[in-house]
Amino acid sequence: MKKTDFSLVRKGILDDNPVYSHALALCPVLAVTVTAINGLGMGLATLAVMLASCLLVSLLRKVIPSQVRIPILILICASFATVVRFALQAYFPALDDALGIFIALIAVNCIIMARMESFAMKNSPLNTTFDAIGMGLGFTLALFLIGFVRELLGSGTILGGLITLPEAFPRTAVMTLPPGGFFVLGFLIFGFVKFRNRFLSGDSKKPPVKPKGGCASKACTMDCGEGGAPCNS
Amino acid sequence: MQQLILIFLGAALVNNVVLSRSLGICPFIGVSKQLKPSVGMGAAVTVVLTISAAATFALYNFVLEPLNITFLYIIVFIFVIAGLVQLVEMVLKKYSQPLYKSLGIYLPLITTNCAVLGIVMLNVSMYSDSLLTSIIHAFGSGAGFTLALVLFAGIRERMDANKGVPESLRGLPITMIVAGLMSIAFFGFAGMII
Repeated sequence: MKKTDFSLVRKGILDDNPVYSHALALCPVLAVTVTAINGLGMGLATLAVMLASCLLVSLLRKVIPSQVRIPILILICASFATVVRFALQAYFPALDDALGIFIALIAVNCIIMARMESFAMKNSPLNTTFDAIGMGLGFTLALFLIGFVRELLGSGTILGGLITLPEAFPRTAVMTLPPGGFFVLGFLIFGFVKFRNRFLSGDSKKPPVKPKGGCASKACTMDCGEGGAPCNS
Repeated sequence: MQQLILIFLGAALVNNVVLSRSLGICPFIGVSKQLKPSVGMGAAVTVVLTISAAATFALYNFVLEPLNITFLYIIVFIFVIAGLVQLVEMVLKKYSQPLYKSLGIYLPLITTNCAVLGIVMLNVSMYSDSLLTSIIHAFGSGAGFTLALVLFAGIRERMDANKGVPESLRGLPITMIVAGLMSIAFFGFAGMII
């Protein structure tokens, strides 16, 4: 991939959506998506860390020795996660309270590690920027969707009380609890695979999606630890 | 003593690290296809988590706090955990080959497992005053992780062999839905401890 490639943005959002087609970074996906706004905030915070870390890695890719690259990548990612955490604490304290330790846990986010290792280490800063934006937006969109559905079904509001549904609309409390996250994610992955196979398989010419087993599966040991093959290169 | 038991049970069952705190979902989904590896993974996480809790407690209270650099704790903790994983791996390799063979392949996976980092960070905010409480909380969380993982692997072994699951729900979607049902079941424990 030598030339500048805008399609990388689309790829991250649709074809290679980190959550729906690769099942990466499920902890924040399930934990913070009680409301759509929380999901959006978490997604944008992750996008910021991903963009900054990937860009720095891409700029430094020729000087990072490959033997010690994993600790360096972790250091870069953790530093930016710390910065974003303090920025949120200073400017959006309510959001920081709602997201809790998951802002700090951006430091060990599978998607960021995977993109730094498998993309930013090998590509130019410009392409890396597109890739990071695409993956970050794909992640944000995934979180927003889950949050939207859970908020709607669980508390009967849209976008934090912007629209409140009438009393007659049944509120299912379980949707705001951890089980609801699992249910909504399961059905959204199902919907995404259906959508992708019907509308996108024609031009991308790929076999139907078979979701991988999460970031601890053998295919991509890298994101949860050292060594092993990169995730979704 | 009674309080420690309550903390242990609370961490293992009521606030289960996977099903109620939503930490460590990746290994929960990824290593639960078969029963045997799930036991190994659970044990490895429990060991690393317990040691990490002790190490990070000491580091936070005796190094970071006196030097007034607690804001660096995310970075410091990640490297402590990574170092400990290496250390545990080396010790196991030298002294216990059978244990190394059964746990060894899971150890590198835990380096940046968010369950480990998440629990030691919760320790800082919840139990920063007592070493013993921190360790018990971490050990209980590890035990809860193992319990959830092993139970889930048992369910999945049967479910994946079941041909009754609709074609389009197979794989990840049905796995998520089953995990959700299991999470509801664990809510039953909430009534156990007040």
